[in-house]
Amino acid sequence: MSPANKTNSEDYLRAYRQMVRIRVFEDNANQLYLSAKMPGLTHMYTGQEAVAVGICEALEVSDKITSTHRGHGHCVAKGAEFKEMFCELLGKAEGYCRGKGGSMHIADQAHGNLGANAIVGGSAGIATGAALSAKRLGTKDVTVCFFGDGALGQGLLYEVMNMAALWKLPVIYACENNLYGEYTKVEEMAAGALTARAAAFGIETHVVDGQDVLAVNRLTRDLVERARNGEGPFFVQLDTYRYYGHHVGDINREYYRSKEEETFWKTKRDPIANFGAWLTGEKIATEDELKAINEAVRADAEAAVAYALAAPYPDAAEVRLHVYADNAA
Amino acid sequence: MRQITLAKAVNEAIAEEMRRDPTIFLMGEDVAEAGTPFKVLSGLVEEFGRERIIDTPISEPGFMGIAVGAAMTGSRPIVDLMFGDFLFLVMDQLCNQAAKTHYMSGGKLKAPLVLRTNLGATRRSAAQHSQSLHGLLAHIPGLKIALPSSAYEAKGLMKTAIRDDNPVVIFEDKLMYNDKAPVPEEEYLIPFGVANILREGRDITLIATSSMVQVAQKAAEMLAAESGISAEVIDPRTIVPLDEETILKSVRKTGRAIVIDEGHQSFGVTAEIASRINEKAFYYLDAPVQRIGAMDVPVPFSPVLEDLTVPTPQIVVERARRSVKGELFDAA
Repeated sequence: MSPANKTNSEDYLRAYRQMVRIRVFEDNANQLYLSAKMPGLTHMYTGQEAVAVGICEALEVSDKITSTHRGHGHCVAKGAEFKEMFCELLGKAEGYCRGKGGSMHIADQAHGNLGANAIVGGSAGIATGAALSAKRLGTKDVTVCFFGDGALGQGLLYEVMNMAALWKLPVIYACENNLYGEYTKVEEMAAGALTARAAAFGIETHVVDGQDVLAVNRLTRDLVERARNGEGPFFVQLDTYRYYGHHVGDINREYYRSKEEETFWKTKRDPIANFGAWLTGEKIATEDELKAINEAVRADAEAAVAYALAAPYPDAAEVRLHVYADNAA
Repeated sequence: MRQITLAKAVNEAIAEEMRRDPTIFLMGEDVAEAGTPFKVLSGLVEEFGRERIIDTPISEPGFMGIAVGAAMTGSRPIVDLMFGDFLFLVMDQLCNQAAKTHYMSGGKLKAPLVLRTNLGATRRSAAQHSQSLHGLLAHIPGLKIALPSSAYEAKGLMKTAIRDDNPVVIFEDKLMYNDKAPVPEEEYLIPFGVANILREGRDITLIATSSMVQVAQKAAEMLAAESGISAEVIDPRTIVPLDEETILKSVRKTGRAIVIDEGHQSFGVTAEIASRINEKAFYYLDAPVQRIGAMDVPVPFSPVLEDLTVPTPQIVVERARRSVKGELFDAA
């Protein structure tokens, strides 16, 4: 990591705190699943925190993102609150989507999150469309389309990257290469270089260490500014790692990846531990200060979980609500 | 009143709405200078420019998805899907994304977009350019489905579709683009969910959609002239939402009904409407409700074969006569 710019101390600490918030959110989500308090399954973002935070810290509130089935990290990083998120995971009325979306469909439009998506690659069109809207309406907003290496198998992505390049749209395609699409290694599913796909459309591509929040943020700030000035689209490959299985129920993973590999990433490449060490090394924060951040976030999460567990479910009448939007008079 | 073609009516509706609302844009294959293969959109690019009449690559899922995202972020896109058969290409973006976004977000997001496409066989275009797939989409909650049956209907329904805050799929009968009908110069809109009674009658109700409305009207004329049977003809105009009340009221009066639609007969629009009549007007019925849809076969190319697959006035007349006479018939 590069030397610190001391005037950015608050930004650094906010980025650290956001990464911790994602990690802690996922720990709690996992516990809710394991204790059978959460309906359904969830896909954890743990290990990939530097990607979501490095990117979202480079965005304005009005900038848009589209997210994936592994979307809690993007949602937190774009500004969502724990309380409404846990309520959504538990299917409660105070959730971001009034309990109708759940883990795989959290949307937080107030912070520009157009929603997680349970179809792999399914939001590539939405992100590109948001960018077309921004260009046409002159809002100057930039859209980041998050997707995993698994989505590289979907044709939709190539159709919309082609149009984004033809029309110079302000969109950044953020490919989180966590090495596995569900239970299969990326090299068994994607031929050739991942970036070559976008390069074929004449899109400028970058590869960045997705475990280094500062590197991700530095690159994204530059690309966002350029996209705002009409130089988009861009494609970024972010090399990262998924600590848990495809979903919380994917416990025995040795048939597709080794324990040694997992241990390597968790001990040597952890984005939070490494950034924490950098913060203390650069004397931006002390060990105690980082510990205090962790404790405060854990207390927040604990309170939010307790709140969500006690919160009411939606009224039965809501089942027929929101199938259609009411037309403005 | 002036008479204009259905194609011109659609063109006028889109142009009027685009003048009114700058957030509207239109995208699809060969929509700009080419004005679509049916020349429905000719002249729009000259008035609105390529920023608002956008030629896309041949990437139906891609531009459908882009429209969904644009609709979610303040634009009101109109998507031109050259043939209704291409709906199968856009199903994920239309049915998993556009149709569900409002519900899945608990009412926070919406996708106000219009997908205009077509239906109808007998153009000698074979199995992948002739289907009528509106029934398939009517199965998906979150979509609205409009089926204009004339130039007048096409203009009024298109303007309503564009102003609706939901994804609306509007199917035009590709064989009717050159058919003329009286269309007023003054602005008008046709609300969704309000059926049109085209002809009043006492003996039997013919409920017909889109291309089949003219078939039903022709049958009603033949029945009156040849058999003295008085048929009421109802065009639902939109199948989602469906004006059930107008249909039920008519059937309670006539005691007989035939539902005619150009989609495949099995599991389709005719089955749905017939079933609602059975559920809600059974004790008023003097005969079983009949369905006449397209034959359950892929649309064949040979004209001799293709013509056998679609409902005709003669078939409707025969079924109506037997129904009024109290004869049973072989179902499906």
